[in-house]
Amino acid sequence: MIEKIVTIKNKLGLHARPAALFVQTAAKFSSQIKIIKDGQEVDGKSIMGLMTLAAAFNTQLKLLANGSDENEAINELVGIFENGFGE
Amino acid sequence: MVLANREKGLTMNAKVSILHGIAASPGIAIGKAILFRDEEFNTSKREIKKDDIKKEIKRFGDALSKTNAEMLVTKEKIYKTLGKEYARLADAHLLILQDPLITREVTKIISDGINAEYALSEVLEKVIHSFEMIDDEYFRERKHDIADVGKKLLSHLAGGVRRTIADIKTEGVVVGHNFTPSDTLSMRENLLIGFATDIGGKTSHTAILAQSLEIPAVVGLRDVTAKISEGDTIVVDGNQGIVVINPSLEMLENYRHEKEIQLEQTKELEKLKDLPAQTIDGHRIVIGANIDNPSETASVLSHGAEGVGLYRSEFIYFNRSSMPSEEEHYKNYSRIAQKMMPYSVIIRTFDLGGDKLSGMGLEGVATEGNPFLGMRAIRLSLKYPKIFKTQLRGILRASAEGKIKIMYPMISGLGELLAANKILEETKEELRSEGKKFDENIEVGVMIEVPSAALTADQIVAHCDFLSIGTNDLIQYTLAIDRVNENVASLYDPLHPAILRLIKNVVEAAHRAGKWVGLCGEMAADPSLTVVLVGLGLNELSVSPVQAPKIKKIIRNTSYAQARELANDLLESPNREELIKRFKKHTTP
Repeated sequence: MIEKIVTIKNKLGLHARPAALFVQTAAKFSSQIKIIKDGQEVDGKSIMGLMTLAAAFNTQLKLLANGSDENEAINELVGIFENGFGE
Repeated sequence: MVLANREKGLTMNAKVSILHGIAASPGIAIGKAILFRDEEFNTSKREIKKDDIKKEIKRFGDALSKTNAEMLVTKEKIYKTLGKEYARLADAHLLILQDPLITREVTKIISDGINAEYALSEVLEKVIHSFEMIDDEYFRERKHDIADVGKKLLSHLAGGVRRTIADIKTEGVVVGHNFTPSDTLSMRENLLIGFATDIGGKTSHTAILAQSLEIPAVVGLRDVTAKISEGDTIVVDGNQGIVVINPSLEMLENYRHEKEIQLEQTKELEKLKDLPAQTIDGHRIVIGANIDNPSETASVLSHGAEGVGLYRSEFIYFNRSSMPSEEEHYKNYSRIAQKMMPYSVIIRTFDLGGDKLSGMGLEGVATEGNPFLGMRAIRLSLKYPKIFKTQLRGILRASAEGKIKIMYPMISGLGELLAANKILEETKEELRSEGKKFDENIEVGVMIEVPSAALTADQIVAHCDFLSIGTNDLIQYTLAIDRVNENVASLYDPLHPAILRLIKNVVEAAHRAGKWVGLCGEMAADPSLTVVLVGLGLNELSVSPVQAPKIKKIIRNTSYAQARELANDLLESPNREELIKRFKKHTTP
């Protein structure tokens, strides 16, 4: 299992479109993906879960990946955070 | 004066009430209230016997796939009327449907011997509750999206007979607890001039769609459905977020006045309406409109488009369980043709996949792994000539009542065009022998959206009267890019030299044959591309009605000589970035 800390860099936070992008990306991997914000943990493949985090600009999140492709998964997911979800 | 006072006194009997909500979409609508009550779904708990659990899970799975199919249709409609950005809204709904909380959790509860309705509502209630706990308004509002998806699923679990906005046939302002994005789309297609709801917010998908469709709306009124009676006079003031039920004559007069002022302002913007789309050096372009529905003709004319450049007739086939009859086709087309006189209407024959028709009793349609490259559009028409002929008969008969042109979608080469023309000739012959009137000189055109057709445009244009380039598919097929796939969407480039060369090839082929050529894809509506399209020599650009004034304005500020130069440079120069910058600068309105 690997974990990484990421910061939300796009102004509107993890709203519908970025959340959709995250979930679609996470779904490509067989690994279990989790996101944790202030102790609240949600399934990274669940758009509803992700949105209940209401993660705003500059929020820090912990990403967890667990499974056979956990390295690729974490790299790609961290990548989309780093380029601000292309926004 | 005496009379006015008396009338005022009379209306005082009906109780005036003013409700404050959220201004979701600007504009003022005044009309009779149509109350749209939500259906109640039975979500009570039932035990499922162990032997029946599998069946119950399958029932839930079926409802999921039906809901998914319904949402894809909505997404397609949004994409076609409003473009890619708006279609993304529909993606969020689709993802909610695919959420493991729904697909996995609900199935898990069903496995414990509980019915699907209860399992679903239990899961959704929990999710919606956690959304209600959120401080941030934007995120909190997303609970409406989840409730919408839940409602759709429940209605499919109940057998899929859901009364929709599309069933309302009278003119008025519609009042309901909440509306879905697809409801909002239907409002524009029907006679509904505004809406008011109990719940909802400014950033809901429904509100965003209402804004772009120019339907005045006030949402979040809490109990408007309880306060209003069917037929009450209602004012929806989408500027202030106010709803007035049974307004006094004085209030009504004020609102009418305010509405007029706003109409004036809109007219100001439409001043261009009656001016030709002509460049400063006198080169004339025709601006046509793309529409899906006869009700849009008013908007075509008010926005100054010169006719319909693309009527997507496949919308006649949507949301129904039987094939449309010749009479339905005929009525639909003749209504448009009459309204558009003296302009012409280009009717594209149905551009559908076989899956859409299998629900209407068409047999032998196989599910295809890659429908975009499969049995669809003209291929389907040629395979099922009876269905094709029914539509052609409707089109031909309507051509006696206006100026109609026929266009075939997805022609990939001359063979298909000749085959389609043969069926058209047979159909004409049938009508002649029945003594039915039609336009003997009806023009026939081909939609150029497959690269093979673009490359052989010279052969094709020899056997038809005009060409219209459908760039959405042409780009997608040429660059091998699915335009709605986020992973490759950035590679979707209308300015790729391959695309520009294909367009140029088509334009030159048509012009050499002395025929006209248009462009009806999304590219035509992108103001930053107008100059290059003019420069490539297109005779017609067809866009959604609301886009027409914008494109016309750019053309009127463009020099054709300069536009040609720019287009040529873009076709040849390897330094595309610089050129793109150059013409973007050139076209800043």
